[in-house]
Amino acid sequence: MTVRRIMGTETEFGISVLGTPTANPMLASSQVVNGYASRTARTRRARWDFEEESPLRDARGFDLTRAAADASQLTDDDVGLANLILTNGARLYVDHAHPEYATPECTNPLDVVRWDKAGEQIITTAAGNVDIPGQNPIVLYKNNTDNKGASYGSHENYLMRRSTPFADIVRHLTPFFVTRQIVCGAGRVGIGQDGRTHGFQVSQRADFFEVEVGLETTLKRPIINTRDEPHADPEKYRRLHVIVGDANLSEISCYLKVGTTSLVLAMIEDGALSDDLAVDGPVTQLHEVSHDPRLNHKVGLKDGRKLTALDIQEYYLEQARAYVEGRAGGDSDDQTTDVLDRWGSVLDKLRRDPFECRRELDWVAKLALLESYRDRDGLEWDDPKLALVDLQYSDLRPQKGLYARLVARGQIDRLLRDDEIDAAVAAPPDDTRAYFRGRCLAQYAERIAAASWDSVIFDIPGRDSLQRIPTMEPTRGTKAHVGDLLDRCRTAEELFAALTS
Amino acid sequence: MAREGGQQHKPTRKTSEDELPPDEASSEDAAERKGKLDDDVDAILDDIDGVLETNAEEFVRGFVQKGGQ
Repeated sequence: MTVRRIMGTETEFGISVLGTPTANPMLASSQVVNGYASRTARTRRARWDFEEESPLRDARGFDLTRAAADASQLTDDDVGLANLILTNGARLYVDHAHPEYATPECTNPLDVVRWDKAGEQIITTAAGNVDIPGQNPIVLYKNNTDNKGASYGSHENYLMRRSTPFADIVRHLTPFFVTRQIVCGAGRVGIGQDGRTHGFQVSQRADFFEVEVGLETTLKRPIINTRDEPHADPEKYRRLHVIVGDANLSEISCYLKVGTTSLVLAMIEDGALSDDLAVDGPVTQLHEVSHDPRLNHKVGLKDGRKLTALDIQEYYLEQARAYVEGRAGGDSDDQTTDVLDRWGSVLDKLRRDPFECRRELDWVAKLALLESYRDRDGLEWDDPKLALVDLQYSDLRPQKGLYARLVARGQIDRLLRDDEIDAAVAAPPDDTRAYFRGRCLAQYAERIAAASWDSVIFDIPGRDSLQRIPTMEPTRGTKAHVGDLLDRCRTAEELFAALTS
Repeated sequence: MAREGGQQHKPTRKTSEDELPPDEASSEDAAERKGKLDDDVDAILDDIDGVLETNAEEFVRGFVQKGGQ
């Protein structure tokens, strides 16, 4: 009955070396990550601990053998690419040919937005620190496609109860995912994976999805991804790895993306959704919804009904309102109430006139800007200037990025103050195990050999072997739990002695 | 379809007039407000013109990425 749960986002950023299309993106990505490392220079750099990683575990209950896996699926093989754990509990690393930022574990949608936005600052700082003689500056984009056939992801992670049948998740989440893009899509100029058809669509990612359910993330991308790697007690939890979303610049888009999804998951866990909105051909419908920014397209259901994306989103909203009212009796927490109110407000506006959401939602803000250009300059959708506006909307440089320009001109509504985001660059959330990880990195960096989501590994003087502190329970290691202890222990030796006594 | 969809949406400043309550939307006020909104939109576009990369076609063509997850 709440939006609260352990969750976070991962973003792969588009990367280019200005004026140098032939630059090696893996090298540039490593330069960016190392750029942050050099800024936060410490005597020792903690390695990522891969012990508990199992990217080939499938939520349906079987393991893909390594021989059968595509090389791109083997993410746990430390191939020496740059990989940092930050004092805010986040991970900054190179994934394939993109720099990637994964937020620390958060407990609520607003914190996810806060640490997601902090990631934009971190990676912008990192790129700004790269200073290679003879090499042009590196520019980063928070988008999901180059419009030439390549896509890179922006993923969400939600910790769920293991006892929830995966079939229920697929059944109730698929219609929601086919349609939630009208709230959290980032907007795109170009139709089709390589953008060959001219026009505007709601989502960056939609056209890259080809199957309904599957383990892959780099090819034959599925609407429901079955990667089952909880980084926590697998008897108790699963981590739902969502790959179907767009990377958001708008705080409200991101907030509603994770807030509404978390609420729908809560309803699935509690068996509160009974009506079956099974979509007939969900992959095609995901594309069709994206291709209709007027929001008139009718999605065919398996039972013969035809509903618009707005109808389906309103169904989930009404279910969520009834669910929260019924379970909490009007006594829900503030953020749950706020997510429901904003979700309802945005859907009402989208139904009246989508442009009423241009201060709130990425795809509408982008479309409004594009239409202003079309109107002023008489541009058709094939004009390269419109493709440039789409691309540059996501440019993370404050002076160049068009989203940033709209914010600077007071054209975008926000949820957070700048100083709240600034603080999240260095500090972890208080209320998850990220607190323990982040503070250990801040206080004892020279004694930490490695760390990961579910461990911190110390190298304590006088001990022959490394000492691994498991952090398998994401809700422990909080400020309430270990804050005093960390305040008290000035050295890693003291901390370790206190933890093992 | 998308192409038509995009083209259906005409400039946002026109839709903003619809938000005015009818009693305020006298033709004079509306014209005044429209003028102001046009100025706002023009100012935003002028600002963005100043930061847009210069050769749009070449810049967009040069943005080539490797696929990710």
